[in-house]
Amino acid sequence: MPSLKERLNLDQVKRSVLDSQVWRSMFRHGYEDTPRNRVLMVVDNLWLHLHPTKIRRHAIRIRFTWCMGGVTFLLFLYLVVTGVVLMFYYRPVGEYAYADIKYLEFDAPFGMFMRNMHRWAAHAMVIAVWLHMLRVFMTGSYKPPREFNWVIGVLLLTLTLLLSFTGYLLPWDQLAIWAVTVGTNMARATPLLGSEGPFAEMVGVTPRFDARSALLGGTIVGPPTLLRFYVLHCIVVPLIAAILMMVHFWRIRKDGGISGPL
Amino acid sequence: MAKEDKVVGSADEMAKTSWERVNDKVHVWPYLTRLEFMCAIIITIFLVVWSIVIDAPLEEPANPSVTPNPSKAPWYFLGLQELLVYFDPWMAGVVLPTLIIVGLMAIPFIDVNPKGNGYYTFHERRFAIFTFLFGFLVLWIWMVVQGTFLRGPGWNFFMPWEYWDPHKVVALTNVDLPYMLGFRSYWGQAAAGTALIVLWYATIPAYYIWRRERMKNVGLVRYLIKASLNMTMMGIVAKMVLRIGFNVKYVLVTPWFNI
Repeated sequence: MPSLKERLNLDQVKRSVLDSQVWRSMFRHGYEDTPRNRVLMVVDNLWLHLHPTKIRRHAIRIRFTWCMGGVTFLLFLYLVVTGVVLMFYYRPVGEYAYADIKYLEFDAPFGMFMRNMHRWAAHAMVIAVWLHMLRVFMTGSYKPPREFNWVIGVLLLTLTLLLSFTGYLLPWDQLAIWAVTVGTNMARATPLLGSEGPFAEMVGVTPRFDARSALLGGTIVGPPTLLRFYVLHCIVVPLIAAILMMVHFWRIRKDGGISGPL
Repeated sequence: MAKEDKVVGSADEMAKTSWERVNDKVHVWPYLTRLEFMCAIIITIFLVVWSIVIDAPLEEPANPSVTPNPSKAPWYFLGLQELLVYFDPWMAGVVLPTLIIVGLMAIPFIDVNPKGNGYYTFHERRFAIFTFLFGFLVLWIWMVVQGTFLRGPGWNFFMPWEYWDPHKVVALTNVDLPYMLGFRSYWGQAAAGTALIVLWYATIPAYYIWRRERMKNVGLVRYLIKASLNMTMMGIVAKMVLRIGFNVKYVLVTPWFNI
């Protein structure tokens, strides 16, 4: 009796798949593992052409890179996808917001899962960004010629925290409004621009018209704040972050790729 | 396995000349792309399992008339909320966060040490790494942990095994530092407080003069920015020590602001 291996000739299966009309209609030619093809795989691919074709050997060691920049970007992509799904169900209106979250949790297909993914990915992204900064500091990668990319990175860290903070309000539950109340109360202590800050009386700011009320759209964390934070969370901050990410990634290449010992 | 496929350890790497090291390259496809793919799969699995097992929190509907005790900011801002124990809101919520962001952005321009660019080292840049790790681990990560787990109702300190008693009695015995030092008149206290702060920052030019030779490659302006940021960070620690250890409320009291 022939063995399983003899009966199941994998090479033959592979050949028949690769030679089939369906396969050949999708992939015009085979992939031969040559240096030229390895290079073409990167430069001919829209999604991969962000990479150089060759990198220094230490740059693929995970103990050197921690992979945290890439993980941060991956989590950002997950947040965009799950965030768009959540936007289908969520209305940033005082009367509806909380009920929409309940609907998401109990009625919308995969609603709870999408909300969980969005929330946990947001927390994970904050941690990943911190670890990325720690790694870049520990390898001294902010040193010339990469000074400016570090500055962009600090701005992206700040934007990540702002994204997370503005999103924190949207469930419109007790946790949300009081955390945002605590966070935004600081703004009224801004020197000169906050109604309770130093030198406020010289500028003439009032609780209704100062730095905090500009952020909240009123004197308390109310429905206008919900709408403001929604717009900031879904449009303003992600757009700025996306633009800075383009600069960040582009600068990595222009500054000579990932840092390494010379 | 082709020669290219082998990942050389750091010991071999150091033995090479720098020209050899810079030119020792591998193809991105497949060596980097497969790593990125693996990383993405692991993170995805991790995230999916996490999202299936643990549900995101959702409390009662928002109610502006019911304030929970304690009211906490999102966890990543608890380090800043912790600063409110030691500083007024204009410092803890506005000035210090701004200085943190500006200070971080300034790092590449105030650290002129050319060594340690692109590899791990401690002994070639002790001061930079010590300062950063102190700020990152103690003043950021630890404060977040403390704010999350050890701060209870009234933002009072509770050990992990203690009951979060909302009626915990805490004696408010904090006094201002100039008062403690014996200054009783209003302007006397203001002058003493100003003097203390001036004295704190006077260490900056004093150190510059003492180590003039060493400072040549740093430059005066760069040194002043670097030292001011550093002394401000250490000033936070000093204020924490004064508050926790000696019940000091303010160092400087003025009609407009207190520090």
